[in-house]
Amino acid sequence: MIDPIVVELSRLQFAATAMYHFLFVPLTLGLSLIMAIMESVYVMTGREVWRRMTLFWGTLFGINFAMGVATGIVMEFQFGMNWSYYSHYVGDVFGAPLAIEGLMAFFLEATFIGLFFFGWDRLPRVGHLAVTWLTGLGANLSALWILIANGWMQNPVGAALNPDTMRMEVTDFAAVLFNPVAQAKFVHTVSAGYVTGSVFVLAVSALFLLQRKHRDLAIRSMVVAASFGLASALSVVVLGDESGYVATEHQKMKLAAMENMQVTEDAPAGLTLFAVPTGGGQSLTVKIPWVLGLISTRSLDTEVLGMSELVERAKARIENGLVAAKALAAIKANTTDQQARATFTATSKDFGYALLLKKYRDDIENATPEQIASAAQDTVPDVWPLFWSFRIMAGVGFFFIAFFAFWFWQASHRRLEKHRWALWLGVLALPLPWVGVEVGWIVAEYGRQPWVVEGVLPTFYAASGLHFWDLAISLGFFLLVYTTLAIIMVWLMVRVIKAGPKPGGIFAEDAGAGLVGTPSPVPAE
Amino acid sequence: MHAIPLDYETLRLIWWALLGVLLIGFAIMGGMDLGVGALLPFVARTDDERRVLINLIGPTWEGNQVWLVLGGGAIFAAWPTIYAVSFSGFYLAMIAILLALILRPVGFKFRGKVNNPAWRSVWDWALFVGGFVPALIFGVAVGNVFLGVPFSFDGNMRITYTGNFFGLLTPFALLAGLVSLSMLVTQGAAIIAKRTTGPVADRAARYGKIAALATAVLFILGGVVCLFLIAGYKVTSVQDMAGPSAPLSKTAISEVGAWAHNYSAYPWMLAAPILAILGSVIAYFGLNARAGVTAILGSSLAIFSIIATTGLSLFPFLLPSSLDPKASLTVWDASSSQLTLFIMLLVTLVFMPIILAYTAWVFTVMRGTVTTKSLGRNPNAY
Repeated sequence: MIDPIVVELSRLQFAATAMYHFLFVPLTLGLSLIMAIMESVYVMTGREVWRRMTLFWGTLFGINFAMGVATGIVMEFQFGMNWSYYSHYVGDVFGAPLAIEGLMAFFLEATFIGLFFFGWDRLPRVGHLAVTWLTGLGANLSALWILIANGWMQNPVGAALNPDTMRMEVTDFAAVLFNPVAQAKFVHTVSAGYVTGSVFVLAVSALFLLQRKHRDLAIRSMVVAASFGLASALSVVVLGDESGYVATEHQKMKLAAMENMQVTEDAPAGLTLFAVPTGGGQSLTVKIPWVLGLISTRSLDTEVLGMSELVERAKARIENGLVAAKALAAIKANTTDQQARATFTATSKDFGYALLLKKYRDDIENATPEQIASAAQDTVPDVWPLFWSFRIMAGVGFFFIAFFAFWFWQASHRRLEKHRWALWLGVLALPLPWVGVEVGWIVAEYGRQPWVVEGVLPTFYAASGLHFWDLAISLGFFLLVYTTLAIIMVWLMVRVIKAGPKPGGIFAEDAGAGLVGTPSPVPAE
Repeated sequence: MHAIPLDYETLRLIWWALLGVLLIGFAIMGGMDLGVGALLPFVARTDDERRVLINLIGPTWEGNQVWLVLGGGAIFAAWPTIYAVSFSGFYLAMIAILLALILRPVGFKFRGKVNNPAWRSVWDWALFVGGFVPALIFGVAVGNVFLGVPFSFDGNMRITYTGNFFGLLTPFALLAGLVSLSMLVTQGAAIIAKRTTGPVADRAARYGKIAALATAVLFILGGVVCLFLIAGYKVTSVQDMAGPSAPLSKTAISEVGAWAHNYSAYPWMLAAPILAILGSVIAYFGLNARAGVTAILGSSLAIFSIIATTGLSLFPFLLPSSLDPKASLTVWDASSSQLTLFIMLLVTLVFMPIILAYTAWVFTVMRGTVTTKSLGRNPNAY
């Protein structure tokens, strides 16, 4: 039998390493494009301050990028290490976008990032600008392929279970590629990255203005961040709505849990704004009528299903999945049994539901009705973490629309420095985008539970058969190393920010001319 | 669905070769950086000298490491069951590799940001561990593949693995680890000898010569042990080369001398081990004569041929099982579906030439000798 503690620790380790990796990814996505924009202005206008801006933000980008690389390789290897049955079961489909990510995107990004830092005096201006854009393009294409892979876990299209190899195999690669969930997730996620980059630039620049330092750099950086940030914040929310829409098509249970919808409401359903649990499954709720129905079904007369109806549906699918499991056993006994193959083909789309029973017994064909009922009930994710994660994410999203609209307005009227309280607000907003993206991933991944691949493979059954101590050792080391590195990284970033940009675009750093941390003369243009 | 224009067995053979190409690509490109890391504290003694080595590989190591990332992704996509069994089976060894690799990007980036000897020394040793540990463990893993790995499958293809971390550290596996370490150190030494001057280049040539000789000697020793002392594996049923990837449908046994089988059946394959020894010898004389390009070519030939020898000796096996030989994974029963292999081949054919082109361009831009003086001019130097 599978050891449930190993499964839980594997989940914890994956969640911890993924969320840690995603502290760095969004900043890479956003800052790479912001730097490319700044350097484009430099190349077009020839004004030295824009080069200095590119170099300054580039130094911070580099520190962040190193952490992204360090934690990214762990992500790729962990599928095989901790989720070996997952890797076997869906590698034919899921492995392809990961490999294409390497070929098309990460190679591009990682090869040109070196030239971004080391190529300033070896390339003509336009050549270096091309390098910067290619680095940013690589980072963003990387996100595309990773989200195509992740989108397939949410909405597994274009593949079928092959009883001879016991795994999902690609039947329609275009469907995997143009998976609507993947497309929506890509736009939503990179936009969140752009918001993160914009907030970072805006917050640090606001700090400079409060300290009355590096004014020429800070003002220009804020203008770029405010414009880019406003467009991105709008995109996150509008295209986040697109994610909500596709969630109802494919992940009705996730939506019901996000909304704490116990039973199906008459159409059009209301959107729950707040709810406080009052015990016994009851809660005190504030609702906006009609809105949920409109967002998620784009109509006034389609129902949004509640959790109890969805559990009933899951039960029926488990029973149908057991028919597939029995047909599979017949195929294994006699590989030429055509009747069993026909039955299996007709019912295999529900085989994953039968695997939910693996938590209760190995010989799932003999499951009792009580076990089937428990397995169906397992398809309901924990409501409250999901419910609140979603509201925090959405709240952060709407806040940033207002935030950037304000700064864009201020920038257009050339009064970025007018209100000190506003600059303080800009600085204090710094952690918020990270809160938003992290809870966003909780909504996406925690909300998919108990599935690792929606309707196809339960998380419980996907884990490697490791031992408790394997996990204890690896998790301990990861937490120790990651925490240490995070502290060092923040300390270094603060040092670089305190030192500020150097005149003429030269970072003294370690180039023999001095150190980061030595005071810089007022930059002259 | 349209018919796939290449048959399944051809695609499997191509992907077997491409797996080799990716591993060789990583060993030649990324191995150079691992070798420099492993040599860092010994070849470079002062801060200036160490900065020369770090900035020698600093601009290009990230791109080189993508060969490893892509190797992982390609095994996942083309050989999913190999990826599942090996990465979970070698769990703690993989954790050790990952922790060592994590130290590299931060080591490069963080080291130069503070001018304090203790700080820099910490990151020097981090870069050493980040080079030495993976170079050794990759070889230990390959040694264990020759010995067979203790895994089996149940009816749903769930994996049971009965080994543990210390079980990986057998004498033969450690010997394989030393072959890997010495061949990558040779590669690192060759690039240092080519692109630096003065005492650093002298020391690199000295260490590199020892490593090149060690590569040849240990490789021959490993070959002898492999052929005459340890049990190899052989398939005892007829395998359908175009059949579904269902490993349990064959039979296989383990017997001493089985790894010699391919060489007696196809004597031309002996070219690979011979070239491996020849490459190491060329690297030795290249370093001795301080002919950097010759040393790099010799060392790269050795790496290519050593990995080719591994693939040819094992063929058609990719991951033999010592626990249940019929569960062994071979080229004919561990691949992805025909459609996935075909699509991935198309993508590779499009992008690999582009990758090679821009990598070559970046190396051209960054060419030239690295000296303390040349670093002084670069504001972004590590």
